[in-house]
Amino acid sequence: MSADLNIILPEILLALFAIFALLGGVYTGKDGVASTLVWLTSAAMAALAAWIGLTGEGTNVAFNGMFSDDGFSRFAKVVILLSTAAVLLMGEGYMSKRGLLRFEYPILVALSVVGMMMMVSAGDLMALYMGLELQSLALYVVASLRRDSARSTEAGLKYFVLGALSSGILLYGASLIYGYAGTTLFSGIIETAVHGDVSVGLLFGLIFVISGMAFKVSAVPFHMWTPDVYEGAPTPITAFFATAPKVAAMGLFARVMHDAFGNAVPDWQQVVALISLLSMFLGAVAAIGQTNIKRLMAYSSIAHMGYALMGLAAGTALGVEAMLVYMTIYVAMNIGTFAFILSMEKDGQPVTEISSLNMYATAQPGRAFAMLILLFSLAGVPPMLGFFGKLYVLRAAYDAGLAWLAIAGVIASVIGAFYYLRIVFFMYFGEEQAEGLDANKSTILLGFLMASAAVMVFGIINMFGVETAATAAAAALVN
Amino acid sequence: MDNLLSIVTFIPAVAALIMAVFLRGDDEAARKNAKWIALFATSATFVVSLFILAGFDRNNTDFQMVEDTTWLMGLQYKMGVDGISILFVMLATFMMPLVIAASWNVETRVKEYMIAFLMLETLMLGVFMALDLVLFYVFFEAGLIPMFLIIGIWGGANRIYASFKFFLYTFLGSVLMLIAMVAMFADAGTTDIAKLLVHEFSYGSFDLLGIHIVGGMQTLMFLAFFASFAVKMPMWPVHTWLPDAHVQAPTAGSVVLAAILLKMGGYGFLRFSLPMFPVGSDVLAPTVLWMSAIAIVYTSLVALVQQDMKKLIAYSSVAHMGFVTMGIFAANQQGIDGAIFQMISHGFISGALFLCVGVIYDRMHTREIDAYGGLVNRMPAYAMIFMFFTMANVGLPGTSGFVGEFLTLVAVFKVNTWVAAVATSGVIFSAAYALWLYRRVVMGDLIKESLKSITDMGTRERVIFAPLVVMTILLGVYPALVLDIIGPSVTALVTNYETALAAADAVSQAASQ
Repeated sequence: MSADLNIILPEILLALFAIFALLGGVYTGKDGVASTLVWLTSAAMAALAAWIGLTGEGTNVAFNGMFSDDGFSRFAKVVILLSTAAVLLMGEGYMSKRGLLRFEYPILVALSVVGMMMMVSAGDLMALYMGLELQSLALYVVASLRRDSARSTEAGLKYFVLGALSSGILLYGASLIYGYAGTTLFSGIIETAVHGDVSVGLLFGLIFVISGMAFKVSAVPFHMWTPDVYEGAPTPITAFFATAPKVAAMGLFARVMHDAFGNAVPDWQQVVALISLLSMFLGAVAAIGQTNIKRLMAYSSIAHMGYALMGLAAGTALGVEAMLVYMTIYVAMNIGTFAFILSMEKDGQPVTEISSLNMYATAQPGRAFAMLILLFSLAGVPPMLGFFGKLYVLRAAYDAGLAWLAIAGVIASVIGAFYYLRIVFFMYFGEEQAEGLDANKSTILLGFLMASAAVMVFGIINMFGVETAATAAAAALVN
Repeated sequence: MDNLLSIVTFIPAVAALIMAVFLRGDDEAARKNAKWIALFATSATFVVSLFILAGFDRNNTDFQMVEDTTWLMGLQYKMGVDGISILFVMLATFMMPLVIAASWNVETRVKEYMIAFLMLETLMLGVFMALDLVLFYVFFEAGLIPMFLIIGIWGGANRIYASFKFFLYTFLGSVLMLIAMVAMFADAGTTDIAKLLVHEFSYGSFDLLGIHIVGGMQTLMFLAFFASFAVKMPMWPVHTWLPDAHVQAPTAGSVVLAAILLKMGGYGFLRFSLPMFPVGSDVLAPTVLWMSAIAIVYTSLVALVQQDMKKLIAYSSVAHMGFVTMGIFAANQQGIDGAIFQMISHGFISGALFLCVGVIYDRMHTREIDAYGGLVNRMPAYAMIFMFFTMANVGLPGTSGFVGEFLTLVAVFKVNTWVAAVATSGVIFSAAYALWLYRRVVMGDLIKESLKSITDMGTRERVIFAPLVVMTILLGVYPALVLDIIGPSVTALVTNYETALAAADAVSQAASQ
């Protein structure tokens, strides 16, 4: 038992941290501590990430296989924790300026991170659902954090209703799987689900579970909530939605597919390939008409999830590795991009209209140039790191015999390049306008923007070792 | 010096970085510093690149001065030059100082302008030296970014349309090549170009979606690479981005585009398509030859009716690139010799022609042919230079333009007489549009009021043209200067190509018996 607790010690510590922070917050009853709490939470998460990343070893299973701590989950956890820490720090200034910095905010985020850590470590359908719901419930609340804004509450409500629906679907699938496999343990399901011998009931269960998870990664056709929630939620929350939960959901997706259905790859491959294809094209086409940069980033993330799913669709260790590398690069790009969006304001008010960036490059050449790098990286143009992410998934897909998906993917990336270029067009070629955006003085935002852009350029030398870690992580999951 | 090639490639990038970090402000002094740093960096690159030429062993057909380091994803950072690529490297380093000098009048956002051109030079040099598929692709595609900005920021009135068209058109062509590269990686297990050159890709015919594909994978890969290089080249009918890009780009941008960027397509055909997919090339060569012939005649006719000087020269570029593709896919010694020669020579001549347009555009701010006339009265030196390059463009014997056209026509005559006949008529058309342009702009009486005070070329402008004139004449009267360097490598390429085809023939005959 104590060995089991030892394995989930990071999750326990973070949960305890959240509980004590909540107690402290309630006890002092002031939002004044929120700022300190944000920094503390970030520091705690960074420390946990370092701990998990540096000391974790081998594959350890806890609670009779319900929780597994292996290379794959550690990789995902480090990315989740670090990106959350970064997003919390970035949003602090924005939130306190708008009076949104309540002490519950970092606590809810920390709780959702506990849920995410559970998700990527799940070894059982019950553990999966528990992690997923802990994450989602915390996210529903933070989405509507701005209580006096109709948009924000609308976003929270939409997210909640649709999220509950998808959870129901997932739960229904899980019960079918349990019914036909006789167990909720992944290690048991994989014995039953052998390709060519999968019962119809199990197949139905699989499809329902995939639908539920596709909702969480916002893959087409379960993407409808994404633009509205992205637009309605306060920008720091949007930044959070775009990073850590996506990694967790993709991690969970990969875990269920390989740990529970690893012997039936052809059965789910076609489904995942199809949602990947649809996501890439819808993300690329629908973003063209957007004028709001947050909505645009929502469609951009849908397209990016399509590419990550392409890696997963390969159904090989290389595919999982490609997906992990892709998600890491995606998160690094999005942190920089949202640092930029957070710094967009006019007369103290946040602006999200793309056209407000007119001739931003003359006023702020440094920031504009960093954003330029990030945009080309998002579009997947070499030599930026984003291109190597795409190359990884293309290679995995081609090697797995999905050449058609790879071809479709590159065509979608050309369509997608257009809307990223459009932002460059506004920043660099637009018309001079009377008054541009305010000069944002936040050094944190500037730091994250510049660091992210620098990673996109200099990461191509060796990807900072992410590649080796991802190879090990994928090997731990697929064997 | 073990990493001479990397040094040459990255000198401009380092200069750009220094400029970006240390150069502050936008006053007169800062602008001047930016210009001088750029000029110094490009000149230094040229001087250092002379060591590549000096150390190059022309009888060795292997890659030379190779650098090889492992990189991510099992790729390699591998650079090297051979007889086919070295002259493109030299062309790029030679042209860039002239391009910078030609931009001396730029006044808006000078620092960014110079950084863009310096980055572009690094990326162009990288394309010609890269010996790893993905490394090549990275350099090849990354060049779009600075060019997109150059057209978009410093371009003419319709620059936004032109820059988007340029980017998306070429991007679409290239991503298909990327898929083919992934396929090659999967098939050969390596991205090392030297190894891929001796790898035999499968050419067994098969059916795909009900279409019978002769030459199998090789044909498909050839088509994917063709999609990229044909757009870059550009070949008819995918040339339509070029006139727009040329017209809207600033003078220096047009020069780089015509003189160096277009050559990447031709270089790609020689480096990848022909040697790696010989069966695929053989299957599609007749089509490409006819496309080239159509390009030569069609774009020459289109050039005849242009009202805009830059557009006219852009169409003439497409026509001249037609000779290049024709020579390459004639696939014999003269053809490929001629194609490379034509590309080098076109680099000097078209670059000079765009500079000629730039000279009067700087003065009058219009490119309309009708806005000029009788310039010879006020600008004798200019008339002389323009005359010289017009003649070189037409292919007058004694200039480098003649050698390339002649060699490719001889080569294609051996392969397909009808294509040669059609293409030769294009030479006449090219004389028509070039001389007519010259007559309308330079000859006649100076009657337009606005031109009465136009001044002749200054010292800076004359200095820019001098090396171009020298090279055009030098290569025209002594083509061995180029042919001796490329000869052995081209012979090796042609021999390998014919051996591969003979082997494929033998296999298919054995199969049919």
